[in-house]
Amino acid sequence: MKLTTRNLLLTLGMILAIALSACGPVATPTAAPATEAPTATEAPTAAPTAIPAPTNPDIILATTTSTQDSGLLDVLIPLFEAETGYKVKTIAVGSGAAITMGQEGNADVLLVHSPAAEVTFMSDGWGKDRALIMHNDFILVGPAADPAKVKGLGPSDAFKAIAAAESTFAARADKSGTSTKELGLWKKAGIDPATTKPAWYLETGQGMGATLTIASEKGAYTLTDRATFLANKDKLQLEILLEGNNALLNVYHVMTIDQAKWPNTNYDGAIAFLKFMTEPSTQEVIGKFGVDKYGQQLFIPDADKTDADLGL
Amino acid sequence: MYYFLLFLLFLLLLLHIPMSEIFEITLLSLQVSTLATLISLLIGLPFGTWLALGNFRGRSFMLSIVNTGMALPPVVVGLVVAITLWRSGPLGGLHLIYTPIAIIIAQTIISAPVVMGLTSAALESLDPRLQQQLLGLGASRPQMIWMLWREARLPLLAALMAGFGSVISEVGASMMVGGNIKDQTRVLTTAIVLETSKGEFGNALALSALLLTLTYLINLALTLIQQKGHKK
Repeated sequence: MKLTTRNLLLTLGMILAIALSACGPVATPTAAPATEAPTATEAPTAAPTAIPAPTNPDIILATTTSTQDSGLLDVLIPLFEAETGYKVKTIAVGSGAAITMGQEGNADVLLVHSPAAEVTFMSDGWGKDRALIMHNDFILVGPAADPAKVKGLGPSDAFKAIAAAESTFAARADKSGTSTKELGLWKKAGIDPATTKPAWYLETGQGMGATLTIASEKGAYTLTDRATFLANKDKLQLEILLEGNNALLNVYHVMTIDQAKWPNTNYDGAIAFLKFMTEPSTQEVIGKFGVDKYGQQLFIPDADKTDADLGL
Repeated sequence: MYYFLLFLLFLLLLLHIPMSEIFEITLLSLQVSTLATLISLLIGLPFGTWLALGNFRGRSFMLSIVNTGMALPPVVVGLVVAITLWRSGPLGGLHLIYTPIAIIIAQTIISAPVVMGLTSAALESLDPRLQQQLLGLGASRPQMIWMLWREARLPLLAALMAGFGSVISEVGASMMVGGNIKDQTRVLTTAIVLETSKGEFGNALALSALLLTLTYLINLALTLIQQKGHKK
């Protein structure tokens, strides 16, 4: 292609035409209530069960990065939208940030994995309903050489061994569910690296995927959820060194925001999402998710169990 | 050039992201950033001109503010716009958070100072006698400004390119106020961040190549317009 001015002006013209001709969709959200009403009226045809069309179809779901990065929500959200007619805005942040969004009324429903913080959230009256959805587990991963010799130890002993050997440990340090869990495990081991900040304790401040990459590059240990690790495994020089311990369960709950605190939140949408997540058909999808790609379950559905069954 | 575009297309076909989704993300990136740049031009050109030609107290101070604005970190803009537009924020009732409009607002705040600052620099670099001469020849003030703009069209187009470049490449604000929501507010830069955090580096690299190509084509077109004017 000769770089003539005419060709390029044509290209620019085309780009501008595309950009501006499609300005319609960009501009529609201003008229949100009007334009999105059809979505709601279409709902009954999509869902044969007698679900009333939502009057306010927009819901904001604040969730953790693990549910998005593993691809689970890409499967579940379209199912939920087709079934109920709601339109979900998924904001993937750490569990800490998600819970704060709930407290400030900036989200309608939460899908998080930070049980201790969730209990406080409920007892402080921010949440209305809370339901157990699923679990997977945390695993301790590290370089195959295992410099601190943690393989075969229990969680507390493994963390003590890492601290004694002063092996590099990559910590999320972002108030996520994983970070909270990791800090709890250090506490049980009687060590407090987050306060004393020894040189071997790296605080990445990033999501799980990025932290795993850093751990791999630095030959460090890190605590990760199994789903994110499996999704990234091919690119990492890390091995599972500790798994299958009850202290390492990673439990996900859905919580709705109490309208008594935030009247502007979409409670109907939130409760519809909670119901959807606990439905047997959804639970089956969760149980099967990832099996074809990773050869094992990423999440174990738990809606028929109670917190006590999982030792919470 | 054709070979490169074919290669890029091939690269995109290999991805695990459906083509329709890539097209949607790319289109949204272009729409949002083009609109933000055009709005910035509408704000920046008159205001920059006023700063360049005006003669009032506090002009240097205002210029220093605008010049600082040229270096506004996108994540700071994103944070402030997000806090304002959240339901708990002062403009929460408008329900703009996590919509393309929120991204346009944030990007306009990022690029408007760039266009403004470079516009006033462009006009200040003109010979000051030109103004007097134009007015002396009987031009009205709007006519004089129009002639000055024509005279400074090369640096003014550079201002436009810099403004566009500052927003098409920005990720911090788009992520915070847009939320990177699939099919709604996912743009090229936030999609690249997502693919990277998923560990899908191949996807991330291909989207990066796409973003760079688009930015290049648009800047090439603007450069040719600019240089065409230069030859005359």
